Amino acid sequence: MVEKQYTITDEAGIHARPASALVGSISKFQSDITLGFNGKQVNLKSILGVMSLGIASGSTVTIAADGTDEEEAMAKIDEVLKAEGISNQ
Amino acid sequence: MTSPLSGIAASTGIAIAKAFRLENPELTVEQLQVGNPAEEIARFDAAVAQSAAELEVIQEKTAQQISDKEAAIFGAHLLVLSDPELIGPIKERIVTDSVNAEFALQETSDMFITMFEAMDNDYMKERAADIRDVRKRLLSHLLGVKIQDPSMIDEEVIVIAEDLTPSDTVQLNAQFVKGFITDIGGRTSHSAILARTLEIPAVVGAQNAMATIRNGQTVIIDGLEGKIIVDPDAATIQQFEQEKSAYDAQKAEWAKLKDEPTISADGQHVELAANIGTPKDLAGVLEHGAEGIGLYRTEFLYMGRDTFPTEDEQFDAYSKVLKGMNGKPTVVRTLDIGGDKELTYLDLPKELNPFLGLRAIRLCLEMPDLFRTQLRALLRASVHGNLKIMFPMIATVEEFRQGKAMLAEEKAKLLEVGIAVSDSIEVGIMVEIPSTAVMADVFAKEVDFFSIGTNDLIQYTMAADRMNERVSYLYQPFNPAILRLVKMVIDAAHKEGKWAGMCGEMAGDDIAIPILLGLGLDEFSMSASSVLKARAQISRLSKQEMASHTGHILALSSSQEVEAYVKGIS
Repeated sequence: MVEKQYTITDEAGIHARPASALVGSISKFQSDITLGFNGKQVNLKSILGVMSLGIASGSTVTIAADGTDEEEAMAKIDEVLKAEGISNQ
Repeated sequence: MTSPLSGIAASTGIAIAKAFRLENPELTVEQLQVGNPAEEIARFDAAVAQSAAELEVIQEKTAQQISDKEAAIFGAHLLVLSDPELIGPIKERIVTDSVNAEFALQETSDMFITMFEAMDNDYMKERAADIRDVRKRLLSHLLGVKIQDPSMIDEEVIVIAEDLTPSDTVQLNAQFVKGFITDIGGRTSHSAILARTLEIPAVVGAQNAMATIRNGQTVIIDGLEGKIIVDPDAATIQQFEQEKSAYDAQKAEWAKLKDEPTISADGQHVELAANIGTPKDLAGVLEHGAEGIGLYRTEFLYMGRDTFPTEDEQFDAYSKVLKGMNGKPTVVRTLDIGGDKELTYLDLPKELNPFLGLRAIRLCLEMPDLFRTQLRALLRASVHGNLKIMFPMIATVEEFRQGKAMLAEEKAKLLEVGIAVSDSIEVGIMVEIPSTAVMADVFAKEVDFFSIGTNDLIQYTMAADRMNERVSYLYQPFNPAILRLVKMVIDAAHKEGKWAGMCGEMAGDDIAIPILLGLGLDEFSMSASSVLKARAQISRLSKQEMASHTGHILALSSSQEVEAYVKGIS
């Protein structure tokens, strides 16, 4: 399993557009991917799950991937978070 | 004529046309036992596939006809259709309870709708509407009920609906749909936002429109006031037609001015800029054709959170604004906290007179780490645009020198480690304390510009708390005392070849504008929505003529006299 923490820097937090880009980009991976925030964990492949967390700017979230393509999935997530301006680290 | 209905004015303009009721089909869901769950799942999968195909068409059409941003909504709808946390439980429910797909869909999606509606955030609450929209589409396929297609409308109408889903709204053809009225919704609902993008009038939250308005009745919708008139008589129609042409003419005049510089009737240029609080306000600045940002209030970056924003967070926000302005002047005011603006995580002792206490630049000089972090973020962002830095609440020349020295030190440190910083950052001050206005000739030798903050300048000059209703009569922007101070500041700037702007509410006021133009103000910064109106006003005023009146105006004895005189000359 690989796990990484991110600080959300988009001043609008995780809204529909960036959330769609993130969820849309990882649906093809086999690994189980979760997003943890504030003690709750959701499936990162679920747009409703991601939006339901109501993540605001400045929050720290944990993303974990577990499966055969976990490294590739994590690399993709890194790329999308930066490209969409959701997080810069 | 029936009694007028009313609601929330969601998008400005006036329209007169026949009513077209957009009815929601009856999509009643019954719970049924099914014998073959596998067949039921196949039926559900087929409905998902049909809905996805429809959404792809709508998404493409929206991207072509409206914008990629609006089209993205349907990208999100497509993701909902393939969401494992929604589709998975629906299928499980079909199998474990042997129920029909409609019922499983209804029950499962209800859970999500309830969850989003309960969220403490208007934006997230609106997302419940997206889930309802997707569900309605799926149900129509499962039940074989045809949904009324608003894109089929081919005559001029005003659409009346209980609510418009995002997919209804983008299918409204702006050529025929002259406006719409919904019974529910608010100013931030998707349909309201889209109406403003399409520039058609809309009234939302009207409550009884569906219950009272019949198909084909003539309806007047006044998106300025939120009024709705059904079956108007001839005189009323005539009255609104006049209002409509006046509004349309004004809008056309303003639209022509959007990409134009601000030029007075005698050919003098002044700069009209906008005030902003966050990078999100940029859209409005560009939409209203402001020539720059005259005041970026950075304190919003610090508010509504538990810790100070990091240097990187600030850098991101400043860079975004500077890039968005694409080389146009952008005046950023350093942190203005204290007074009526408190930070919960900055535990400052209570003061007896917060407006006369440790606030703005005073606080920043007292807490240099806080200040230097902001200065570094600004310096790093400076390479992305035309940055001007402004210190608030300067009372003495010494304060300005201290702030400027810290800025120079941080710049030197950044350059030392190889970080690029712009070489042409102007550094100026807010003039909001009378001592600074009086000493403007001395300040003008050291600062690059002045920006007059009228809200505070008035309250400090008149010694009247602007929040205290019992002395609010003393809050007089047109009092000759204020105007004389403004003149001193402008004259002092010009004598040293510097510029003077104004970023208080007064800069966008239609009585103040002729006076300020005559006094020679170089930059007027106001809320973005006032820019086009001010530009239209200035285009009709002669700067030279206004200047010829200033001697008389400054010699008047009261605010009322000034107001009456200006009304007479402009």
